Amino acid sequence: MNNLVILPMILPVVIGVFLVFFQRFVQVQRWISLLSLIASTGVSAYILYHVQHEGIMRLDFGGWAPPFGISFVADSFSALLVVTTCLTSIFSLVYAFSSIGEDREKMYVYPLIQLLIAGVNGSFLTADMFNLFVCFEIMLLASYALITLGGTKQQLREAIKYVLINVVASSLFLFAIAYLYGTVGTLNFAHLSLRIAETGQTPLLTTIGILFLIVFSLKAGLLLYIWLPGSYSAPPTAIAALFGALLTKVGIYALFRTFTLLFYHEPTITHTLIGIMAAITMIGGSIGAVAYNDIQKIVAYNVVISVGFILTGLAVFTPAGIEGSIYYLVHDIVAKALLFLLAGTIFTLTATNRLERISGLIRNYPLFGWLFFITMISLAGIPPLSGFIGKVLVAQGAIENQSYVLLAIALISSLFVLYSLLRVFRNCFWGETIISEESAVPLKAGMLIPCVLLTAISFGLGLGVEGISAYVSDAAHTLMNPDVYIEAVLSEGS
Amino acid sequence: METMMSVLVGVLVTVGTYLVLSRSLIRVILGTAIYSHAANLLILVMGGLKGGAAPLLGEEATSYTDALPQALILTAIVISFGVTAFFLVLAYRTYRELGTDDLDQLRGMNDDK
Repeated sequence: MNNLVILPMILPVVIGVFLVFFQRFVQVQRWISLLSLIASTGVSAYILYHVQHEGIMRLDFGGWAPPFGISFVADSFSALLVVTTCLTSIFSLVYAFSSIGEDREKMYVYPLIQLLIAGVNGSFLTADMFNLFVCFEIMLLASYALITLGGTKQQLREAIKYVLINVVASSLFLFAIAYLYGTVGTLNFAHLSLRIAETGQTPLLTTIGILFLIVFSLKAGLLLYIWLPGSYSAPPTAIAALFGALLTKVGIYALFRTFTLLFYHEPTITHTLIGIMAAITMIGGSIGAVAYNDIQKIVAYNVVISVGFILTGLAVFTPAGIEGSIYYLVHDIVAKALLFLLAGTIFTLTATNRLERISGLIRNYPLFGWLFFITMISLAGIPPLSGFIGKVLVAQGAIENQSYVLLAIALISSLFVLYSLLRVFRNCFWGETIISEESAVPLKAGMLIPCVLLTAISFGLGLGVEGISAYVSDAAHTLMNPDVYIEAVLSEGS
Repeated sequence: METMMSVLVGVLVTVGTYLVLSRSLIRVILGTAIYSHAANLLILVMGGLKGGAAPLLGEEATSYTDALPQALILTAIVISFGVTAFFLVLAYRTYRELGTDDLDQLRGMNDDK
């Protein structure tokens, strides 16, 4: 029964390896990778349901009880993120079918996507610090290959920076693991948490915590986001959507895990630091989002703003704040994938990314225009849509914690999100059309349908908040009470 | 012993940082390779350098060295090996396509086109 926990990771790995043998058979690759992701979504949804009713699920590899073996642990937080990841990547994959081009399809793009998703799911589910490093590397290696695949000049140029920054971050991760192992003598999350609580969080451990903060911030784009806008505008749309939706979220997940489970004893140091970093991230992201006339750049800076916003919830460290962050995290995976797909579709239609060269798209593509509008107000956090509840709860958390400066910056950054996307909407969709009635190419259904379905999910998340609220509050409860997690992992038998 | 090794790790990190900040792409890659050496050495040092037999049960000694850091390093070496190989090929390909290995000339943000 508990063996199910491994499936969201092992299924994409096996399918990814299997697909390598079908290099020439594009249709086979498409169908198998689609089925694999649907199956992963189904399994992870069942895991989420099971965790909710029967408690945290744990799988000890090889029958070695923690802390000696490696375990996979699915609590509500992990399971929720795995479900969202699998579900969102289905639509990016479908979008890739009609947009990515046969050259790339024959150069292993589908196996690499599967491996990317395996790395992401593994990072969400693992309960061991070094295993987290390994899952990060699985994900990063797949993303290195995906960012360079096709080998255009811009891709190569951006890939060098992206690979360099991540290699350095991985080395720092190893340094941090070495210090942690030297100080505490274990690598299992639950056991680490127990030992850190026993010795009290000494200044040395706080320093190690800050080193982890730097490592995961590099991955998540918290304050150290300089690499992000360039890298995310280089790859093809479907790949960029996967990157924008998933890669930073893994860093955010690691930050949440580390600073709620391990280093939570000195919040005046660590969480204040996170708060300052989140504030600067939101300010920097807002400036970037309004400064550029390039749609890809605007979208990439929106990723930066949302990273800062999600980490605000961790910085205030109250139940409401954490719960808000989880809602926003789930919403943001869906909405960022959608935003990247829409921005990429604009590029496909007009062959340019410059705002001033595009106008009047809504005359030829009304449905597409309104999809962009809905995405925009969803990201800004207008009530009936999915971004609202997360923003409200994070704001509530900030008020409870009396961090009014952070609250003000978070709310003003929402205005900047709205303004930057409204600028895109006003420029590209209103005004005189640049495409005449006759020369308008109909939008491919394969591009439009994933966007429509993702918008529907965003609506569903907004209107059906009560449907997922049980899971989210359970996830927040586990994060705020590390004992629940420790007990589930270190208890005898399973 | 640990002190000496820590100083060595420090020196390696210094050298690595200096190389990563240079303009030539190949020096940057060498810098990342030195980083991973430093990281592996640090894991070994932090595991403790007390005397003991090699972690083989056939040795039948009273104490063994810690086996876990060695397993971690072995994993880390393989990963950094794969990444470095990819990075070198990427640098070669970039050199062929763009005709430069100077990082300053690889800047272009495509904002002006």
